[in-house]
Amino acid sequence: MKFLVSQKILPSTLMVIVALLAWEGLVRSTKIPPYVLPAPSDIFASLIQDGGSLYHALLVTLRICFIALSIATLGAISLAILFVQSIWIERALLPLAVVLQVTPIIAIAPLLLIYLPNTEWALIICAAIIAFFPILANTAQGLVSVDPSHMDLFRLYKASRWQVLWWLQFPTALPHIMTGLRIAGGLALIGAVAAEFVAGSAGVGSGLAWRLIEAGYRLEIPRMFAALFLLAATGIAIYAGFSGLTWLVLHRWHEPIRRNS
Amino acid sequence: MTGTALVRVDQVGKTYTSGVTALSALTFSLNVGEIVAVVGPSGCGKSTLLRLIAGLETPTTGNIRLGYQDDGAGIGYIFQDPTLLPWATVEENITLPLRLGSDPSHATLSVDQALALIGLEDFARAYPRQLSGGMKMRVALARSLVTNPQLLLLDEPFAAIDEIGRFQLDEQLISLWQQRKFSAVFVTHSIYEAVYLAHRVVVMSPRPGRILGEVNIETLQPRSFAFRASVDYVQACNLVMKILTSKAEEEDQRLRGKES
Repeated sequence: MKFLVSQKILPSTLMVIVALLAWEGLVRSTKIPPYVLPAPSDIFASLIQDGGSLYHALLVTLRICFIALSIATLGAISLAILFVQSIWIERALLPLAVVLQVTPIIAIAPLLLIYLPNTEWALIICAAIIAFFPILANTAQGLVSVDPSHMDLFRLYKASRWQVLWWLQFPTALPHIMTGLRIAGGLALIGAVAAEFVAGSAGVGSGLAWRLIEAGYRLEIPRMFAALFLLAATGIAIYAGFSGLTWLVLHRWHEPIRRNS
Repeated sequence: MTGTALVRVDQVGKTYTSGVTALSALTFSLNVGEIVAVVGPSGCGKSTLLRLIAGLETPTTGNIRLGYQDDGAGIGYIFQDPTLLPWATVEENITLPLRLGSDPSHATLSVDQALALIGLEDFARAYPRQLSGGMKMRVALARSLVTNPQLLLLDEPFAAIDEIGRFQLDEQLISLWQQRKFSAVFVTHSIYEAVYLAHRVVVMSPRPGRILGEVNIETLQPRSFAFRASVDYVQACNLVMKILTSKAEEEDQRLRGKES
């Protein structure tokens, strides 16, 4: 296991270290001012110095992201189940889901900010809309990917619709659902940040996007990079978290997961 | 054999929506406690026949009468693949029929008994991916028997197993039949396997499948491995082969004559 971890993580870690060293060396040797391009050490110093406000903002963004993701997951899986139960429901609702997916969230956000009672809910709904479709599409695909012989077996033993769904379709769809969640996790963060940009709300309850805008207005470029770094690190952590969850849920039986772990 | 029919297939035909006619006016019966092997060329409708008996397909013409209550528990089906649920352990796979529509009171086998029956006591908590092809098929066998079905339908179950594994599974099937005395329809490509396992071998024509002939295997069950080297065995195999080739040729000529 240790060997595998080091084999998988070592190349990317080395790459990051080399890139940071090259960046630091370039900035120092060419004396680029920090307001044009800060060195990694300046960004790190800003992370320490402004840590309090940045981490608080990160928690706000994370809160929005995870509430949105929970709503999207619950809604998308429920809707996918309805789709496979009735072709009529699928035909009636799929176009609406596609419209939500293809309309840029930047265009929807101002309307949500007007209609919804508070800014936080508008941000949550924006992030949820972006995260919704990958989970819906993957779950629906997974639920209809049942092996026909398995379906024959369940028909032979007179399984009820509910038993087919719970004991056959849902486990078959699980790898697809996890793929949807891995994609949606990152998208929920993007949605939350994009909506924060549109909302542009300041104050103690504002998220990382606002801290980025604020630092830009003040030309605090190292702080902008620090906020950007936190966002990127959060995105990676969410993806890694869902990858870990996928392994935890599937590694006992799902051969592709076992091969790739 | 008591001679009482458990399944009666009467003038059954099956034409799929694609227009392909798989079976034509097929009449066949299975007696209580009897193993009937069905042999025939690829695509002759052997699997369709099993699916019709199981109720997984409906006949286009004719009818099928079953001598038992069709509540899901009276029938066991072994597909060409083991069709084990990959996310379920061996134990969970075996008990699947009891958790679905079948009445749990039909179960005459505990999981431990079922595992002992197939010799996989140490693999109750294993997942299918941890088993060999032969072991998976044995689990499928145990699953099909856990409701104590009166009828077992086997669709080329050992086709993908190596020769030695196949011999072992044949022996296991005979041993299970001795203990449970179920009736079975065993579809196979192998004439040798058919003659070894069955009381009666039914030979089918190329598509659309009809019955070309039947061969009764007189040697009493249980048959030992020595039966495979006996004169009776070789003669029975030859007879089945003869029906399969000569009648198939006749059929072919008849169809060609019709076309011209």
